[in-house]
Amino acid sequence: MTDLKPKDFASSLDVRWCPGCGDYAVLKSLHKILAESGARLEDTLCVSGIGCSSRLPYYMATYGFHTIHGRAPAIASGAKLANPELDVWVFTGDGDGLSIGGNHLLHALRRNLDMQIVLLNNQIYGLTKGQYSPTSQKGMRTPSSPGGTVEMPLNPARFAIGAGSKFIARSIDTQAKVLGPILEAARAFDGTAFVEVLQNCVIFNDGVFDHLKDKKQGPDHTILVEHSKPMVFGVNRNKGLRVKPGGFGLEIVSLEESSLTEADLLVHDETNHALAVALAELGENEGEPTVLGILFREQATEFGKASRIGLPEKPLSMDEKLSRLSAALRAGETWGVGEDAA
Amino acid sequence: MHSRLEHSTAKRELPVSQQPEVDYVRVRFAGDSGDGIQMTGTRLAESAARFGNDIATFPDFPADIRAPSGTIYGVSAYSLNIGHTEVSTFGDETDALVALNPAALRKYLEGVKQNGLLIIDTDAFTERAITKAGFSSNPLEDASLSSFRMLPLEITSNTEKALKETGLSSKDARRCKNMWTLGLVLWLFERSTADVELWIDQKFHKKPDLAKANIMALQAGHLYGEVADLPPDVSRYRIQPAPLMEGEYRSINGNEGMAYGLYAGATLADLELFYGSYPITPASPLLHTIAKLKELGAISFQAEDEIAAICAAIGASYAGHLGVTGSSGPGIALKTEAIGLAIMTELPLVIVNVQRGGPSTGLPTKTEQSDLFQAIWGRNGDAPLPVIAPAHPAECFDIGIEAAKLATKHMTPLMVLSDGYIANASAPWKLPDFGDPAYAPFPVKKAKDPVNFLPYDHDPDTMARPWAVPGTAELMHRIGGLEKQAGSGNISYDGENHQLMTQIRAQKLEAIAKSIPPQQVESGQTTGKLAVLGWGSSWGPIRVAARRAELEGKSVSHIHLRHLWPLPPNLQKLLSGFDRVIIPEMNNGQLATVLRSQMGIEVESISCVKGRPFLVREIAKIIEDALGATS
Repeated sequence: MTDLKPKDFASSLDVRWCPGCGDYAVLKSLHKILAESGARLEDTLCVSGIGCSSRLPYYMATYGFHTIHGRAPAIASGAKLANPELDVWVFTGDGDGLSIGGNHLLHALRRNLDMQIVLLNNQIYGLTKGQYSPTSQKGMRTPSSPGGTVEMPLNPARFAIGAGSKFIARSIDTQAKVLGPILEAARAFDGTAFVEVLQNCVIFNDGVFDHLKDKKQGPDHTILVEHSKPMVFGVNRNKGLRVKPGGFGLEIVSLEESSLTEADLLVHDETNHALAVALAELGENEGEPTVLGILFREQATEFGKASRIGLPEKPLSMDEKLSRLSAALRAGETWGVGEDAA
Repeated sequence: MHSRLEHSTAKRELPVSQQPEVDYVRVRFAGDSGDGIQMTGTRLAESAARFGNDIATFPDFPADIRAPSGTIYGVSAYSLNIGHTEVSTFGDETDALVALNPAALRKYLEGVKQNGLLIIDTDAFTERAITKAGFSSNPLEDASLSSFRMLPLEITSNTEKALKETGLSSKDARRCKNMWTLGLVLWLFERSTADVELWIDQKFHKKPDLAKANIMALQAGHLYGEVADLPPDVSRYRIQPAPLMEGEYRSINGNEGMAYGLYAGATLADLELFYGSYPITPASPLLHTIAKLKELGAISFQAEDEIAAICAAIGASYAGHLGVTGSSGPGIALKTEAIGLAIMTELPLVIVNVQRGGPSTGLPTKTEQSDLFQAIWGRNGDAPLPVIAPAHPAECFDIGIEAAKLATKHMTPLMVLSDGYIANASAPWKLPDFGDPAYAPFPVKKAKDPVNFLPYDHDPDTMARPWAVPGTAELMHRIGGLEKQAGSGNISYDGENHQLMTQIRAQKLEAIAKSIPPQQVESGQTTGKLAVLGWGSSWGPIRVAARRAELEGKSVSHIHLRHLWPLPPNLQKLLSGFDRVIIPEMNNGQLATVLRSQMGIEVESISCVKGRPFLVREIAKIIEDALGATS
């Protein structure tokens, strides 16, 4: 058992994100859940790439590796494969994880190595001063898109599903009550857990998620899904999701303006892949709620364990290794040269 | 020019000779990609090595997986040099060419010496095949081959005839023609077929019918030599065993040797080996070989790309393993940013570059040594990195160990420059005895003690920083690609600190320079008129040419660099003892440029970038031109 408090997970360095940055809230939630779940400082490794969010390891009192742009999943994979006992966290952003590092994220998700990948999505490049990112909304004006972007934005959860991710969750930076349990579940998951955090950049994209966060309006624009629970949302819990009758896909229904009750709504099944696809996409169109919570979770073969099959059960001593190597070198044809042989 | 045999007193040194077909024979098998040429050549090489000969081989195969049959670009060849004396190279010329089709004859006839022997499968010389190969008339019938000794044989029909009783389809029977050919060539060398039969039995133990057929074909070819009436100018070769050092031997190619050496190096450092890689020619066999060492504890990881391959290796090193990655030039280019990270974070890491022709995708299956600049200088920032290179396949094992030793002792990434020739060529290799002091363990001491622990504190002798791996209590710290404050390792943008850290990174190489052995001459005197200086796989042709010239009384020394960066501290003094220094390189003068810039001395550069190693006669001519023809 450990007596560590959340503050014990904070390093001695001053946190240098902009005042009001959503990253502070994520850091706080992380400290809290690590303390609560009994994590140990020496067994926890935080790996990041480049960008504002990737500064996070410096503010952790654990082991940390601030690597290069986009490559954190690959470096984390090597560390975890070398030492499966480590609790490995990757912190990345929408530019780091989905643009320059998209390939590594794709393959990390498909392999399902036991680690957590937390993608802080602020829909902007912050550290390079405000260019549009792969998740920026279409039409967004930035220094690199003065006429507005013409690119289709990428939906991280949909990307994760496409990559074959077995744990996909989404939260808002400041909603600790949603984010905390998600981070805990991600840590407990035996595989790669992908967590998208909608995070506010106070300088270059301030307020982009305000309609989701707003105490009054927010509940109409978001739905928090929970396994085995009917999918209800709205300020007065007066709306819900059901399968489109006679069709394919989800439909938003009002519980007030119809005879429908909660019993008529779809019950969230986090192991249902097709449902996860629909939930990930929801919110892309006007009037749809953005889905928060654990969208998809399915136990599958964990890469680390699978890839260790065939390794010696116990580490070999130096002598054992050298003698096995000697045998391997002599497995094919060998011959002697000596007084007799010559 | 006269020739004589040198009788060396040193046991390690084999004599050199200039008497082909007496002291050494250069054979080349050539045929279609599907003819089993590589296997035939490898078997003869193994058999000759086992007999006790010195051998050097050169597999030369197309980049296409299955090129259209009968075409010139679909020809696969395997050259080998079998000697009683030191061979070191596969040979400039061919004494005997085995051509299994017209395209093979057309492609390799030029390399056959005057009056050389041509063994030809006449069955393959159909009108269509002759035309496809680009001959205007049948070379077996016109006078174009009159300056060669001819052994035209119906190899395909003879093979079919020999296998008639087996019940094999004629298509399957024809596929055994390479074994029939090998049988004949073994007869030509006065060797028995026993070794090869044993190998066939093992190789086809699940298919006894095929094993039997191959052995029958092999024996039939051998018997053919014994009983047939061969032309009077075809005589057999009698190459005695070479006076090799006593010991147990096997044959090995450079990639295998490197893979085993890296494992041995990690083991002697008391570490686990982690190999992260992405498939690329000609480095992929490193991955294949290490993957087979899983039950010995080696972890191999096929990553999604070159970048992930090195990054995973860096992650594994951070977590306490010996991270290794391997690739070829284009892949190394992709890894460059991550190499910088390993330099900044001062983690042990071995990067193996099996060089090929460049730039860009270049010549994937052809050898070159043109990534020296890339290795030494190819990064952003002042980013020093030690670079070492093997000279030949049999040295790769020891290079793998030295790479592990330097990387862990000094806490640095290190690059090994192998090349396509070394990687694929095989040579006899004296198996290591791990009781030998040369293989003394060098166990790494990881940091454990929190008292006064500073992640960027440097050992004044080795300039290594402490290696504190995740999982170690009370040593938690953060590292990364941003400049580090000396000592604490915290982020620092301070200019004075950056100056200090830049010096520390440079001092790491100075520490390595002090620890490597002084540069010696490979052959010849330590001063004189001419030094021929080389590195990597130009070792073989330079060695042979320099030793032969020395026997003729010429003042020529061979200097071979294993440590390319940092350079051995005594190199400048050594080179200043020669009137002229000539550097033949398989690039456009890279080492020459490095030496000029580092030592301010004049060296002469000779470049050969033809996708093959230098020929001995090319080096011999360089020596002759430099010294004059007088002996």
